[in-house]
Amino acid sequence: MQHASARSRRSQRPNQLPRWALVCLATPAVLLIGGFYLWPVVTLVLESVTTDSVRRALTDPVLRRIVWFTTWQAVLSTSLTVIIGLVPAWLLARYEFTGRRTVTTLVIVPFVLPTVVVGAAFLALLPDSLDQSVTAILLAHIFFNVAVVVRGVGGFWEQLPVDLVAAARTLGASPQRAFRDVTLPLLAPAIYASASVVFLLTFTSFGVVRLLGGPANSTVEVEIWQRATRLGDVGVAAVLSIGQLVLVGVAVLWFSRLQRRRRVAFGLRPTNQRRRPASGRERVLVLVTAVAIVVAVCAPLISLVERSLRTGTGHSLAAWQAVFFGAEPGSARPTGPPVDAFGSLTVSLRFSIIAAAISVVIGGSASLAIVALGRSGRLIDVGVMLPLGTSAVTIGFGLLITFDHSPVDWRSAPWLIPLGHALVATPLVVRTVLPVLRSVDPQLRSAAATLGASPMRAWRETDLRFAAPALATGAAFAMAISLGEFGATSFLTRQGRATLPIAIDQLLARPGAALHAQGYVLATVLAALTFAVVGVVELSRRSGASRA
Amino acid sequence: MLEVRGVSKSFAGRAVLTNVDLVVGDGEVVALLGASGSGKSTLLRLIAGLLTADSGDVVLDGVVVNTVPTHRRGVGLVFQDEQLFPHRTVAQNIEFGLRMHRVPVQVRAARVTELLTLIGLSGFGDRRVTDLSGGEAKRVALARTLAPSPRIVLLDEPLTGLDRDLHDQLATEVAALLRSTHTTALLVTHDRDEATVIADRVVDLSDL
Repeated sequence: MQHASARSRRSQRPNQLPRWALVCLATPAVLLIGGFYLWPVVTLVLESVTTDSVRRALTDPVLRRIVWFTTWQAVLSTSLTVIIGLVPAWLLARYEFTGRRTVTTLVIVPFVLPTVVVGAAFLALLPDSLDQSVTAILLAHIFFNVAVVVRGVGGFWEQLPVDLVAAARTLGASPQRAFRDVTLPLLAPAIYASASVVFLLTFTSFGVVRLLGGPANSTVEVEIWQRATRLGDVGVAAVLSIGQLVLVGVAVLWFSRLQRRRRVAFGLRPTNQRRRPASGRERVLVLVTAVAIVVAVCAPLISLVERSLRTGTGHSLAAWQAVFFGAEPGSARPTGPPVDAFGSLTVSLRFSIIAAAISVVIGGSASLAIVALGRSGRLIDVGVMLPLGTSAVTIGFGLLITFDHSPVDWRSAPWLIPLGHALVATPLVVRTVLPVLRSVDPQLRSAAATLGASPMRAWRETDLRFAAPALATGAAFAMAISLGEFGATSFLTRQGRATLPIAIDQLLARPGAALHAQGYVLATVLAALTFAVVGVVELSRRSGASRA
Repeated sequence: MLEVRGVSKSFAGRAVLTNVDLVVGDGEVVALLGASGSGKSTLLRLIAGLLTADSGDVVLDGVVVNTVPTHRRGVGLVFQDEQLFPHRTVAQNIEFGLRMHRVPVQVRAARVTELLTLIGLSGFGDRRVTDLSGGEAKRVALARTLAPSPRIVLLDEPLTGLDRDLHDQLATEVAALLRSTHTTALLVTHDRDEATVIADRVVDLSDL
């Protein structure tokens, strides 16, 4: 009898992984999210959100001004980004021209860059009169986020039948009218989707505003950091954090409802409808637009490199030598503790490897558990995604105030910063690996079973084998995220353990041209490292695609 | 009256149309026969101004319109795959051309009702075009083109992709509709039967 019941229990899940294996797979993710995300957020609420701090936050006129500024700069950044982003989206969706692939790649480049690098690049590009101005913030936000619009709207635009516009034209619509009455309404759902992403990114913008905003232009994120780490007003900072978390959550829900209502179902064509510019006027238009895109993307990056080479009298490698060989830059008069520029490079590399390892192990095993658990895996899926909807600043803040007293005084633990990075990166690892795992035909595992493979063995030979390239991609993304992470790190950083973004911020904030040049050197190095990591992924993906 | 005089067009060095001449008189319905890929659609797009000819003239009512943009030519085009605007209702689709020509609202509404009756779809005004059947969509596309009373209506394989019964029925309907509205029309098709049912005169593209 006992034997029979054991068999029947087994036969409900034939050829499945044993339950203990699933528990093992899910545990790391549960520990990470529970211990280092949920607990800190709860701590933030319980310890710091009191009637007093809420009252002070609500009555503070400075805060009211900051919330207002955060909102309108985000609205303005988003509107400008969408309007400007439609131009490359149109060009790439509708025209075939020499160098099209290069322009396509270039448009995406800024989005890959760490926010600190974008901030540094605009600091380098813009004249001093525009430093610490709203204009600088807006320009950097547009530069960074145009890729979101080009990807989101352009992909949709490409599939919109060109003959719909032709039909409008034969009915008497001018090109402008046809765009307004046909193209634009049909693009609307894609535009709303991109705009909501850009809004969230600019509303919670931290790195760009820290570097370009100056004391007059503080956003909520910067204010949280300012109050928590500089002014010691943890209570109000926590109220701001939680308030923002709730606000962003509500905004995400609202946006997704709006999009569902706006959706128009109709046949898109996944065919290539691009053509070479026909008339001379079209050729000029395409050329001018393409050149403008190239200049807009390259100018900030070129000036970043230029400023790293600039000295009072001309150009030299002095700052590079100072960073890499420790040669004393001539005119540097250090104020405050010294910044170990080269040290930050090694710290960043070390942290990024640890962070990538943590997020790949946890994200990978969580993905496997989510797939194997089916419906009950949904909870893990949602849990793992939570940090993605939370600003890095809130994550860093939570970790800072949770792990600052015994027995969990881990402020000086060398793994706390990489762990924070892993928390930010894990959702992306899961989003990279999950679709691949879901696409594995379960019949393959059955086939392996009929050939004599145990469930564990069959799973290793099929799912894991397919997931490996996606895990490598996820690892690279996690490295790139860790290298550029600034929000959470700003809270957790300690003397002698500054990462590249922290060192860049410190160097650029100090007076002295020589220190600034070193900051630009580090920003150039960070940009190059990020490109290298993302470039390797892109290349391996392309070669993988051509092999398939 | 439409005249096509010595029009040539090539794509990437491949000649699609060479020195084509064609006349369609006022109120005449002409069918242009040709195999697929023979440049029928290209000719219609040249006449509508959606493409520019390498050489030759398109003449409407005695005026050379080569440089007149599509929206000022007054040439209607019924697309092979209708190209109804998916974000607008049936009535809004039919009304589109009238709106572009700044026709007053009341006149527009009356014209839409009239056309819906003409195509046998009265009461369909508020439907979404994505919910229409193949035959209904074809009818709406024709009504949309006729609405602003263009000088000539071009039809690009308008009945392709329908099953036999519906095809024959619609061919008769289109013929009647073009006659009753005294529309000048140029139809391209690869189907000789369809051409003879709808048109007054059938021309073979290879003879031009």
